[in-house]
Amino acid sequence: MSGLPNRARALKATDDPWWAKAIVLAVMLGFLGMALFLPVVTVFFEALRKGFGPALAAIRDPDALAAIKLTLLTAAIAVPFNIVFGLNAAWAVAKHDFPGKSFLITLIDLPFSVSPVVAGLIYVLIFGAQGWFGDWLLDHDIKIIFAVPGIVLATIFVTFPFVAREVIPLMQEQGVDQEEAAVSLGAGGLKTFLRVTAPNVRWGLLYGVLLCNARAMGEFGAVSVVSGHIRGETDTMPLHVEILYNEYNIVGAFAVAALLCLLAIVTLVLKTLADAAEPDLGRRAH
Amino acid sequence: MTLSIRSVEKRFGRFPALNGVDLDIRDGELLALLGPSGSGKTTLLRVIAGLDFPDAGQVLFDGEDVTFAGAAARRVGFVFQQYALFKHMSVAKNVAFGLDVRRGRDKPPRAEIARRVDELLRLVELGDLGRRFPAQLSGGQRQRVALARALAVGPRVLLLDEPFGALDATVRKSLRKELRRIHDATGVTTIFVTHDQEEALELADRVAVLNQGRIEQVGTPDEVHDRPATAFVAGFVGEANRFEGRAQGGAFRSGDLALPAAGVADGPAVAFVRPHEFVLWGEGAPVTVDRVVVSGPLGRLESTLADGRRIDVSVSRGEALQVKDGQAVRIKAEAAHVFPA
Amino acid sequence: MGVTLSLLSLIVLIPLSAVAIKAAGEGPSGFLRAALSTRALAAYRLSFGASAIAAAINGVFGLVTAWALVRYDFFGKRVISAVVDLPFALPTAVAGIALASLYSPKGWVGQILTQWGIKAAYNPTGVVIALTFIGLPFVVRTLEPVLRDLSADVEEAAASLGAARWQVIGRVILPALAPAWLTGFAMAFARAVGEYGSVIFIAGNMPYRSEIAPLLITIQLEQYDYVGAASIAVVMLAASFAMLFVINTAQSLARRYGG
Repeated sequence: MSGLPNRARALKATDDPWWAKAIVLAVMLGFLGMALFLPVVTVFFEALRKGFGPALAAIRDPDALAAIKLTLLTAAIAVPFNIVFGLNAAWAVAKHDFPGKSFLITLIDLPFSVSPVVAGLIYVLIFGAQGWFGDWLLDHDIKIIFAVPGIVLATIFVTFPFVAREVIPLMQEQGVDQEEAAVSLGAGGLKTFLRVTAPNVRWGLLYGVLLCNARAMGEFGAVSVVSGHIRGETDTMPLHVEILYNEYNIVGAFAVAALLCLLAIVTLVLKTLADAAEPDLGRRAH
Repeated sequence: MTLSIRSVEKRFGRFPALNGVDLDIRDGELLALLGPSGSGKTTLLRVIAGLDFPDAGQVLFDGEDVTFAGAAARRVGFVFQQYALFKHMSVAKNVAFGLDVRRGRDKPPRAEIARRVDELLRLVELGDLGRRFPAQLSGGQRQRVALARALAVGPRVLLLDEPFGALDATVRKSLRKELRRIHDATGVTTIFVTHDQEEALELADRVAVLNQGRIEQVGTPDEVHDRPATAFVAGFVGEANRFEGRAQGGAFRSGDLALPAAGVADGPAVAFVRPHEFVLWGEGAPVTVDRVVVSGPLGRLESTLADGRRIDVSVSRGEALQVKDGQAVRIKAEAAHVFPA
Repeated sequence: MGVTLSLLSLIVLIPLSAVAIKAAGEGPSGFLRAALSTRALAAYRLSFGASAIAAAINGVFGLVTAWALVRYDFFGKRVISAVVDLPFALPTAVAGIALASLYSPKGWVGQILTQWGIKAAYNPTGVVIALTFIGLPFVVRTLEPVLRDLSADVEEAAASLGAARWQVIGRVILPALAPAWLTGFAMAFARAVGEYGSVIFIAGNMPYRSEIAPLLITIQLEQYDYVGAASIAVVMLAASFAMLFVINTAQSLARRYGG
């Protein structure tokens, strides 16, 4: 050994040398700064470029308000539906063994891996004027495509996996012992679920709901295809952002975008809290 | 290679894992670090290996100060309790690893590495398993691979951290013999950590008994067993009946019990008598035998003293068979280990 | 169970079959004509190519990020860890206009790049940039638990055998991460291939040059070319299934050789 190492320079087998750490941190911060931080800053900067006034005016514009209302309505329907359905599906997958189980799992993951545009296309092909039910719907004067119901349906499709995906690993880790104990003590199915299964997965459920909601409010591709872009009627907030941007109403577009950005930030904050309670959310495979 | 540990201290937060340890290890010996969990034996081993660095003190290899040298620089072989095999590599690649990572002129040619791997796999009796992967091996086989891998680099000292802890009893016993055989074959200075005193006494040339970060005694298995230097060693190594009482004028008294205590200062004391150090003697202290247990050539009399204290006496099979449960006998201590309290 | 299965079929399976059925509407020749037209092929090349590049970029920087988050302690680590999930939480259209604004010739970054003669917006480069944003969390999040579960003794063993730090990383740690790395890459790739909202603002959207496959689908829909749209959708669905298969294989590989 050349030169005696001293305590200050002694490096444990599992540590990286200080200069390597510096490089890694610098690269990471540089990359994340450029990729994530800058875009967010841009949104708020552009929204407030001409001050608070024009930004608020853009949000208070009737079409924008209608878009906000539609976005909230869509989420208010899609999220609870997917909570119930997602918990149901997760429970089926995690606690039981049955033929076709892996098929079910693939089905649950499917909307996750399908392009949102394809998702929208699907509903157009079924409910559109030329679609399977097109004539029937026309006869009964029901509008799905180019109307709110279509938007809600498409949103349900694309946000469906979120709850199930987060909850399944937690349920699987939990095992079936507690439920079996509850049932043997006389608890019925629903009661067992509410009192034994659900509390154990509450943080995963919260995380799934957060992601589901974020996607429900922010979905663009699928909704773009089914909505028909009718201002004031079938525009959600993301679609409204697109319209304003394409009209070169930059401040307006970014003002509405800033609202959505705030939603994203709130989602992340709440997610951090959930993560503190139940580590490794969103990182488990199932 | 000889090792010297001089006044080594190591704290984890406020917990003193090593509290001033001095130890000299002779070239080629097989030394056991024995102690209960938390005694610091694994910490000491890791400090010797260079996986941890002490807060004070020195570690010397052949007189050279390596206290803050990293593990890679010390040329030690370390065998982990959980084997730490490289799961994505075959057995042969695992064993060859230390040679494969050598750089430049130090790296032997491929044929030489292959030959050495072969040689070592045969030494640990895993000759045919070079192509297998760790996941396909049993616990005992994995431990042998870990051993072969550590030996492949020709280490100056071989360090084993509770090497048989994760194995079941039969495998443990056979691997113990293996370790002795391999040690004798290679002649490498070897230090192993264990909390199993039977293992330490059976295997080692010398045993260092640790307790609470200090070395209580270093000696041959016989010395440590028959002539314990401290109360802790007497109680920890081998079986012992423990009595609290007083020493006075070279004798120890505890209730009815009187024991020789030459050289012990007057005052409160604690005495240890091993079950086989008691003998049946017509004029000894009276005890009631609660239960007679006969096991092979030996018998055990689980008894109670007059004042209710439990006492275990070891006798021969013949003697045990003549005693019945509930019977009263008399015993005396042929030897005792008394220490000031 | 039955309820779940039937609802799932209703919401997922049946709609999916609609695409396949429509695509077959004009027979195999009609399908092939639409699915493999020159314009479609250009769109696939862009979508798949840019996605691969973006996923590779995320593979590299995602590893660096996961490494720092798991193994180092630094000020603001909690915040940074939360921010990694931003692409999951931020609506794609918002990301789209932000990136377009940032990298357009007059944008903050665009200005600097123009000085170096690089055009980042309204061409395939912009597509790669947007897709990198979208896929960022996948590699990081799949690597983190694996990195965390790596026991220290394997690293210590390698070091005690004389390996230098870079050898420990290259020969021992990275191979152990390989299955998770592949999974993360595949997930980022799969996500990027179908991405729409964050790309169309920065892409340029010129047919044959900077038009992504999802955009081509919407254009054909607007022109009422349902067979055309469905055909391309079928190609993309086939790619999605293939990616899902790769991901699942990588995960089972990880289970077999990891742990």
